[in-house]
Amino acid sequence: MQRNPKARALSLISLPLAWLLIIYIGSLFALFITSIWKIDTFTSKVIREFTLQNFIDVFTDRAYFNVTIRTLVVAISVTLICALIAIPMAFFMARVARPRSRPVLIALVLTPLWASYLVKIYAWRTMFYPDTGFLNWLISPLGGSSPGFGMVAVIIGLSYLWLPYMVLPIYAGMEKLPNSVLDAAADLGAKPGRTFAEVVLPITLPAIIAGSIFTFSLSMGDYITVQILGGTFQMLGNVVYQNFSLNLPFASAVALIPVIIMIIYLGSVRKTGALDNL
Amino acid sequence: MKLSRVAKRFLLTIMAIGFTFIYLPLLLVVINSFNTNKSFAWPPTGFTTEWWSKAAVNEGIRDAVMRSLLTALIATTIALILGSLAAAAITRYDFFGRDTISLLFVLPIALPGIVTGIALNNVFTNFFGKLTFFTIVIGHATFCIVVVFNNVAARYRRLGVNLQEASMDLGANRFTTFRLVTFPLIRNALVAGGLLAFGLSFDEIIVTTFTAGAGQTTLPIWIFQNLFRPNQAPIVNVVAAALILISILPIYFSQRLTADKE
Repeated sequence: MQRNPKARALSLISLPLAWLLIIYIGSLFALFITSIWKIDTFTSKVIREFTLQNFIDVFTDRAYFNVTIRTLVVAISVTLICALIAIPMAFFMARVARPRSRPVLIALVLTPLWASYLVKIYAWRTMFYPDTGFLNWLISPLGGSSPGFGMVAVIIGLSYLWLPYMVLPIYAGMEKLPNSVLDAAADLGAKPGRTFAEVVLPITLPAIIAGSIFTFSLSMGDYITVQILGGTFQMLGNVVYQNFSLNLPFASAVALIPVIIMIIYLGSVRKTGALDNL
Repeated sequence: MKLSRVAKRFLLTIMAIGFTFIYLPLLLVVINSFNTNKSFAWPPTGFTTEWWSKAAVNEGIRDAVMRSLLTALIATTIALILGSLAAAAITRYDFFGRDTISLLFVLPIALPGIVTGIALNNVFTNFFGKLTFFTIVIGHATFCIVVVFNNVAARYRRLGVNLQEASMDLGANRFTTFRLVTFPLIRNALVAGGLLAFGLSFDEIIVTTFTAGAGQTTLPIWIFQNLFRPNQAPIVNVVAAALILISILPIYFSQRLTADKE
């Protein structure tokens, strides 16, 4: 189509790529370099001398290991909850509901995506408020009480925040499914349940993984929801945030933990084509 | 797909639970914005519009809203240009390192915001000496590019190059082809990506916390600063309720666009 496709591609990509490489990748690289530098413990100033002490601290201190595990548990729980709610919802909206009502349904799910992050977490704060919150009012007649602020509240809050990020790619994936595939499965004698499990799910797996990239990554790096809903509960993001102004090299080393986990995750799902579903 | 009655009922139940889960907390915020009780103990104790009228004349809120709108506007503009250029290059040409580059383009939203935040903070404070309004914009544009890129790239992948080739075979030059063929075909993807980028930027707090200069309070930062102040609670609640009600508007427009497309 072009006389010189290589040159055309280069001229198109150069500006956005420069922005990405200089501002984003450059900053990440600088952060990595900072993590192998020392700190003046009195002035909190970074000293540009090589050390591996920050990483040794991160990986040998039991407390940081525990925070990492806790963060992973939260990120995995949030991803599973989102998937469990999103898969049937997306399936209903994309394949069962009448085509005319689909845009309305998807708009109804999208609305909370546009509502502010803080507004949503704020809403759950009023839900979870110990003693006077809505959940307490709802549960106390049954003899229970609201779990209050803590890990459970954080998991529910984060699931709520990231649910639309899971619904959208799965909906898009299921909508693309050709009817002929579903008809073929039915003609060959598969009941709807089996068609769903053996045809719909495997084909939409890349879309589900695409959704999980958001729910997983966004949960892993969060510290604000944890501050608002977590009480004394802490995650990796909080450790980074607390050390950021006092000991940047150490904060950088901690921040690399979610980066490494995400890069491993992205690398392992790349082959499934999930990244094209983002 | 044909489903048994039981399966259909099961799915409908899940939908009902899902929508309750989504809307109940938001509904409570809107109801609470009219609650006379300042600590929002449930159930409400009475009805008042006092908080709404107080929030309407609050200078801090107005200032923060204007700053957030301006940030989102500039960041979205940058993202629309750079994101669509990148999408055109990556989906329509084959070149060395293309797969790696397309992986790089999803990183700003695939990596946690706090990592982006402290990485940018570190570089900005070292290079510019201090944080300003524009450091917020640069930070926001970086992840907004990804959103536009994803939307436009998806459209390009579906389009293929046949129509452009036909146009050029018929004698149109590259510019005319873009103006009359390519642009109308990707326009909806640009609008959708732009709206999404605008919404993300307007809403962003984590990267903003680390890239905002002194006194550069965006709306999310204002909300967070006032969230734990008991006497500000009713005003914060009104802002939250207003944002929920406003958030319905872009949905309506984006739905209109997709409806036009079909």
